[in-house]
Amino acid sequence: MKRYLIALLIVLLPLSASALTADEVMKKSQAAFLYQGKDFKARVMMKLISKSGQERVRELTMLRKNYGASGGEQKYFMYFFQPADVKDMTFMVNKYPAKDDDRWLFVPAINMVRRIAAQDKSSSFVGSDFTYEDVSGRDIEDDTHEIVKEEKLAGKDCYVIKSSPKAGDVDYSYKQSWIDKADFLPVKEEYYDRRGELYRVFTAEEIKEMKGFPTVTKRTMKNLQSGHRTEVTYLKADYNIGIEDSLFSERFLKQPPKKWIE
Amino acid sequence: MKKQSSRATEQQSSRSLLCWIIVLLVSCSTVPPSSYASDISFHGFLQGNYSFNTDSSNPDGKDMKWAEERLQLKLDARKDPLNFFIKADAFYDHIDDASHLELREGYADFTSSSYDLRIGRQIITWGLGDLIFINDVFPKDYEAFFSGRPLEYLKKGIDGIKLGMYPSFASAELIIIPFFEPNNFPDPKRFHMFDPMPLITKREEEKPASTFDNTEIAFRMYRDVAGFDASLYYYRGFFRQPSMLPDSMTAPSKITLFYPELSVYGASLQGRMLDGVVSFEAGHYDSREDRDGTDPMTPNSQTKFLIGYQRQLWEDFTIGLQYFGEYMHDYSEYEKNLPSGFPQEKKYHDLASARLTQFLMHQTLRLSFFAFYSPSYEDYLLNPEIKYNFSDSVWAATGANIFGGGEEWDQFGQLDKNDNIYLQMRYEF
Repeated sequence: MKRYLIALLIVLLPLSASALTADEVMKKSQAAFLYQGKDFKARVMMKLISKSGQERVRELTMLRKNYGASGGEQKYFMYFFQPADVKDMTFMVNKYPAKDDDRWLFVPAINMVRRIAAQDKSSSFVGSDFTYEDVSGRDIEDDTHEIVKEEKLAGKDCYVIKSSPKAGDVDYSYKQSWIDKADFLPVKEEYYDRRGELYRVFTAEEIKEMKGFPTVTKRTMKNLQSGHRTEVTYLKADYNIGIEDSLFSERFLKQPPKKWIE
Repeated sequence: MKKQSSRATEQQSSRSLLCWIIVLLVSCSTVPPSSYASDISFHGFLQGNYSFNTDSSNPDGKDMKWAEERLQLKLDARKDPLNFFIKADAFYDHIDDASHLELREGYADFTSSSYDLRIGRQIITWGLGDLIFINDVFPKDYEAFFSGRPLEYLKKGIDGIKLGMYPSFASAELIIIPFFEPNNFPDPKRFHMFDPMPLITKREEEKPASTFDNTEIAFRMYRDVAGFDASLYYYRGFFRQPSMLPDSMTAPSKITLFYPELSVYGASLQGRMLDGVVSFEAGHYDSREDRDGTDPMTPNSQTKFLIGYQRQLWEDFTIGLQYFGEYMHDYSEYEKNLPSGFPQEKKYHDLASARLTQFLMHQTLRLSFFAFYSPSYEDYLLNPEIKYNFSDSVWAATGANIFGGGEEWDQFGQLDKNDNIYLQMRYEF
């Protein structure tokens, strides 16, 4: 009898695993997209391209360290190489679930570290089409999620999930995400404004495996209303490199260690 | 035997020198040129900066507060654990028709895991105030600020040593300054300002001599306390604003400008509160040469504090509010000893400020407005500004400095006739 039960369980297990709820899909996606590894480093090239084609560049090294499980606390450290007027600027974010982040900025011209007040929800990251929330993620509990459908996109089997903010704290009324069933990375996201019109589109153009972690190495956020878009490429990326806690300090904001920023 | 051994050492040392040369040559030829490039970086800017009077001509009759073209070069060379940095400016001043060279910063860094050392000319910024300085006891250039120059020129470097220490319980910075550097105040040929003794034109500046006893010491200890950035400060040195000492109180013929001894004890706290960032800072100024407040020519001891609040109200719009107060100790002694004809300071001086900043067009256009207003003296400073980044390397800013209110000797009241509009243009590379 016991043997039959076990056999029955084995038969049922893959079934129950595939029947993920929308919240579970988003949690897995968050873990795959923003919490992979113990820590992470990338040399990031951002191109801000206007409707007329004028291009501006932001080149930076981004370091991230997780404190706790997926969805938990994280620390970010960024060092800017380009453009010239922000060269040597560093930026640090302590990200907490369910409360506002702490942020510090180092201004090299006057050798000063200061805290900056900013809300993630709608503020643009260094003038790009990405918001801070797009860069470091949004709490899953801030939205209600539902699986709208499952379909193939760019040759990938995807869950299509509609996420509606519980509070009116963001510019969009809802977001629709195509999440790859295999690696749970977002393939595409569509943001709809308050009138229900599509205005911002995220696409992941290139995914590479690094130390066994599938990583989006090329992505674009396009604003359909302004025609402005931002292309982000990871020139280099690595995981589990042993970033020390001490990096996230005023000392190293002022004098970032070469081994971490290069 | 002795000879042999010395020859052996000689041989050894020449061999080791040869080894080093080989190592150097090999490493030079094998290291790809790109890694040299990352070790030495070279940047800078070309700048035009002009400021026009809108109220009245300068005391010497000229119409501009500032007019210059400037080239800045920054050279950074790094070979761990050492780092060398030079920031030097060359500029042509059209008002005085003179060219100048200026070493803005020039220092060497040595970094180890638990401490670091910086020796040379360096800019140090402490405290939390936005244009209000309590524990930032380092030299400032107020002429630069009032003339509409880029904000970084408000800070002047110190010539000294900074030692950073990082034990686990807190971080600390010790600054040692053997060479005194005063604040730079507006040039009386360019700015109309209050002078309590205008008839005595013979003036002599007396800076503290660079002796061991006069070496300035500044110490800061900081750490996180329950999510707040907490700092303690100590300074022992001199006021950077000169005091006036006439050679005679009844019939003066000469004034000596001197820098009285000062110690500062302070603290600050900054953290996230009320959906924004809240700052508290306080400091006690111990005027060591006038502790009982009886010398009218030396500032009395003071206690100063600051409360600040910064918040983002909507996308790319930030507001910053500050309230600052300074309380004069031994006020009755000050009142009793103040010579007649000198303007009387108040026991309590306060200052409120507001800064509004709006970014537009993907943060390429910045509109900002800064205002100081003193409730106790009723004088003010207004500074609206527009800055636009034409590209990643070219930006321009234009704005105005408007002063007024209060009496003709107050902080901003005395600058009433110096209103100006300014233009800054920069190409960065």
